[in-house]
Amino acid sequence: MSAVTLSNISKQFGSFTAVEPMSLDIPEGQFVTLLGPSGCGKTTTLRMIAGLLDPTGGEITIKGRRVNDLPIHKRNLGIVFQNYALFPHKTIADNVGFGLRYRNVSKEDAARRVREALELVQLPHVADRYPSALSGGQQQRIALARAIVIEPDVLLLDEPLSALDANLREDMRVELKKIQHRIGVTSIFVTHDQAEALAMSDQIVVMSDGRVEQVGPPEEVYNAPASEFVANFLGASNILPGQCTGRQNGTVVMDTPLFGTVPVPAEKAPNVPGAGAAKLVLRAEKLQLVPKGQADPDQISAEAVVETVDYQGQAVRYFVCSGDTQLQAINMIDTRPFAEGDSVSIQFRPRDCAALPGA
Amino acid sequence: MSIEAREARQPWILLSPTLTVITLLLIVPVLFIVVYSFWLRTSVGDVQPGFYLDNWADTLTDRFYRDILLTTLRIAAITTVVCALMGYPAAYFIARAKSNKALLLLLLMLPFWISYIIRTMSWIYILGTNGALNTALQWLGITAEPIQMLYNETTVILGLVHFLLPFMVLNVYVSLDGVDETLEDAAGSLGATKWQSFLQVTLPLSLPGLAAGSLLCFVLGAGTYITPAVLGGPRDAMFANLVYEAIIIQLNWPLGAALSLLLLAVLGALVMIYNHFLGLGQLMKGLG
Ligand SMILES: Nc1ncnc2c1ncn2[C@@H]1O[C@H](COP(=O)(O)OP(=O)(O)OP(=O)(O)O)[C@@H](O)[C@H]1O
Ligand SMILES: [Mg+2]
Repeated sequence: MSAVTLSNISKQFGSFTAVEPMSLDIPEGQFVTLLGPSGCGKTTTLRMIAGLLDPTGGEITIKGRRVNDLPIHKRNLGIVFQNYALFPHKTIADNVGFGLRYRNVSKEDAARRVREALELVQLPHVADRYPSALSGGQQQRIALARAIVIEPDVLLLDEPLSALDANLREDMRVELKKIQHRIGVTSIFVTHDQAEALAMSDQIVVMSDGRVEQVGPPEEVYNAPASEFVANFLGASNILPGQCTGRQNGTVVMDTPLFGTVPVPAEKAPNVPGAGAAKLVLRAEKLQLVPKGQADPDQISAEAVVETVDYQGQAVRYFVCSGDTQLQAINMIDTRPFAEGDSVSIQFRPRDCAALPGA
Repeated sequence: MSIEAREARQPWILLSPTLTVITLLLIVPVLFIVVYSFWLRTSVGDVQPGFYLDNWADTLTDRFYRDILLTTLRIAAITTVVCALMGYPAAYFIARAKSNKALLLLLLMLPFWISYIIRTMSWIYILGTNGALNTALQWLGITAEPIQMLYNETTVILGLVHFLLPFMVLNVYVSLDGVDETLEDAAGSLGATKWQSFLQVTLPLSLPGLAAGSLLCFVLGAGTYITPAVLGGPRDAMFANLVYEAIIIQLNWPLGAALSLLLLAVLGALVMIYNHFLGLGQLMKGLG
């Protein structure tokens, strides 16, 4: 049974449409991420599921029960807020135990469950402190403990990691996923960080301007983007105009002015019609620079000149020019990076490409 | 001079004009009053300097003064409770308003643009025997004769509430405005109803503002003499009216001095107790 089903839910604020009708089915135990740029309607969607906003249209069911008219306190959801929303006047133990007061749980049981939840988030020793005496990362864990101690049907997380600094964010990401996996709670996670989404999710829902652009597991969304927006939002991509000339041995044959014929795996071009205008999607990480004339004959290559070098530590981002076309490439550094003005060959494998319909 | 030394001196330099004014206009006069309270008014009516304890003996032993002090404190307490009950919902409404917050706050401040005395007098035109309410009741035929509504303890409290309510609303508003709304959402998601969320989260977090507002209402209410003078009857005198009576009417400055110092001591003690438990910082927030 699905844990959460959204059928055509939408939200209008006056004449402004924050979320266009969207449908989504979330199986029990899955970790689903709503991913998209600021203002695309992620929080609005999450708040509708939570019962903090009334949908303008559509239906929300949680565990088979229609909840549109169910107030938030009856939905049995765990919510982790971006700013943690811990009660500043209550101790950590009282914060974590807050939800148990409204459930028929005996005092001893409640104390035990609070202790277990604190152990789960690895903070058993802070029970008697107040939230202000904890670091940001610790407050984050307490917020999580408070949300899961009530054994919610669904865990909702709105950018829970965005207030943490970069290193802590990555640690918490791993830990959050581990805890979610261990207790097996269905989770809906909101973020605008593609790395977070790719690392944590079973399914990613990519949103833009209140619309769902694509739904799928991370590899699929990453490797076979359904739109130009998705291709560019999850990492950097080069989008090259071209023609689809037909299908052959499980590939869609693309013809591009720059690279000639490129056979794209058919599963990475699901929406491209048999023939006509189409776009080749070439990920910046898949485009490799090699010294001029040393291109691998098994790969597709072209000549180019390095325009800009953006050094990033273990990787480097190049902007290169091939003919009139500017391309982006992100390469790991083996020896010494190329310099601006170098003449190089650029190469890629056709199986790393995807294709989109349209001109 | 080191940077630290300069920074340590800076607040005092900035404060010095205020400190000078406070010293000259507040501390020095109060010290005069202290000295006065030990002088004596002779039977012929002139004031005799010296160190006499007669005024203090009168002030502290006369049951008349004690009763009026207790009445004053009772009226101030009732006023404070009424202000809290009426002011809290209003402050909550303003703090949670999605738009027009500035306008609502402006409306709240509007009464301050009119003199407190005139605002108090205006009740005479509403509740007086020829006032709006009596005229309306007679015109509607509900009553035949004007009803005496003015000049009792209730109208004194009414006038005080009218005067003090904005102070309460402002203080509670400042406190509520600082309470993160997502805390209520969080409480709701954990199973608390709206009312439970309010009792468990919002109310406790706004108590400092409620306490500050209450202190202000109580102290200002207990120290007032205009409201009972305008809206009270002969038996509704409050303590400040006694001081007025002693100094202006009887010209007995030494007795007036002792009486006013007693009121100052009682209210001062209250502020101390408040400061001990809650700190005056909250009060400043509400005023600022
Ligand atoms: N109460 C509201 N009234 C009017 N417009 C609103 C309201 N809440 C949100 N919006 C608008 O709806 C759109 C979606 O907002 P939402 O908060 O869902 O974005 P988001 O995807 O969560 O963005 P972010 O990553 O910045 O949090 C935005 O354009 C926002 O301005
Ligand atoms: Mg958001």
